[in-house]
Amino acid sequence: MRDFSYIRAASASQAGSAAQQSGAMFLAGGTTLLDLAKCGVSEPETVIDITHLSGMSGITVDTAGARIGALARMSEVADHGDIQAAFPAVSQSLSLAASAQLRNMATIGGNLLQRTRCSYFRDPGAFPACNKRNPGSGCAAIGGITRNHAVLGASEACIASYPGDLAVALVAFDAVVELDGRKVAVDDFFLAPSNTPDRETVLQRGEMITAITIPASAAAVNSTYIKVRDRQSYEFAAASAAVGLELEADGKTVRDIRVALGGVATKPWRARSVEQALIGKALDADTVEKASRLAMEGAVSHGGNHYKIELAPRVVTRAILKMGGLA
Amino acid sequence: MTRSIHIALDINGQRHELDVEPRVTLLDALREHLTLTGTKKGCDQGQCGACTCHVDGRRVLSCLTLAAQVEGRQITTIEGLAGEAGDLHPMQAAFIEHDAFQCGYCTPGQIMSAVACIREGHAGSDAEIREYMSGNLCRCGAYNSIVAAVRQAAAEAA
Repeated sequence: MRDFSYIRAASASQAGSAAQQSGAMFLAGGTTLLDLAKCGVSEPETVIDITHLSGMSGITVDTAGARIGALARMSEVADHGDIQAAFPAVSQSLSLAASAQLRNMATIGGNLLQRTRCSYFRDPGAFPACNKRNPGSGCAAIGGITRNHAVLGASEACIASYPGDLAVALVAFDAVVELDGRKVAVDDFFLAPSNTPDRETVLQRGEMITAITIPASAAAVNSTYIKVRDRQSYEFAAASAAVGLELEADGKTVRDIRVALGGVATKPWRARSVEQALIGKALDADTVEKASRLAMEGAVSHGGNHYKIELAPRVVTRAILKMGGLA
Repeated sequence: MTRSIHIALDINGQRHELDVEPRVTLLDALREHLTLTGTKKGCDQGQCGACTCHVDGRRVLSCLTLAAQVEGRQITTIEGLAGEAGDLHPMQAAFIEHDAFQCGYCTPGQIMSAVACIREGHAGSDAEIREYMSGNLCRCGAYNSIVAAVRQAAAEAA
């Protein structure tokens, strides 16, 4: 890890202005930044420690929804009773991520900004080609080992998958990222790689996430996050689904449904075609299974990740049937 | 362009002052600067849990924590668990009783994690212990004995 200078920010505005200089990066939980600095992927010249800023870690839930300060720790949000009641999928997405130690460290703002686990991206010594690290250098993953790479949203420049769980639950329930001075829907916050995989979000230099807000909804109350992975715990998703479901008074017709996918796409992936196919329909296993397959419209296999095209719809089906009381 | 910074760390109830480069992690500060070598360096990448310490009572990975970041926090390491007379913490005693290690390298991290696991209220069943201890790897595979030790210590603490 290269050395850097360290600034402990006394205020958000001081942090913001310090971050204007080139090579400056915010440090919150440190679980991504220090990891990638050790890998030689991140080379900050100045690290701005924002963990001592006050007033940015509160969690409030009321009838309108939730507001979560960017410096709230993953474990605090996962264990928050009101979040568990109003947004079970959000709580579960956090509990099923990382380890207890990492959840005590990582902040909500930092969690959204975690970088891909693409093993080519993470190893600059062995694989100089990476359009995300070094624009224009190529992509070592294409034609390589692609078991963990994206089948949705990829481009010829980059097939790295977005590794997070929380953002998948957030995109399902129309959450909003609050920056210093503007608000962006989570769905718009993340960028597909296209020709510029180095640009992963709409964040501008020096801009900081200050909070996340999630509007309340009946679908969010009746929600789940199902994560399928190679190990039972402490592993990234092979495929995951955040699903929220609101039924009509008859107990079987879909009034509102939210479906988002993780582990299979280059960004947190809202599956609106699945939602559209089910709204107004009576739930049964066959209808749900057919609708879930729509989540893979446009999916592209790179060989090793082909299984995800089969796996992801099954995870979606399981989550919808569970919330509909059919499984 | 080495620029040392002067920091004060409160570790196991004692104040330590030291000069470190800003990039020095809490793990390296403990082991290399303060010779508190009970905290182990396994992967040094946040994947194995061998370096687990408590900061303000919460378990964290010292390999992904900058020393400068935890100035002003209360840090507890494995050296701080035993009583002043050298009497073992109940979790340390339970690990010995259940033979919950083979080579012992992961043990300080396992014990620090286990103490926090009980404090968090996440040691209610074997399945819950396994889930909430999943951030601590044991390459010798002493997991069954580790779960038994945590289960016993949780029962004693209840």
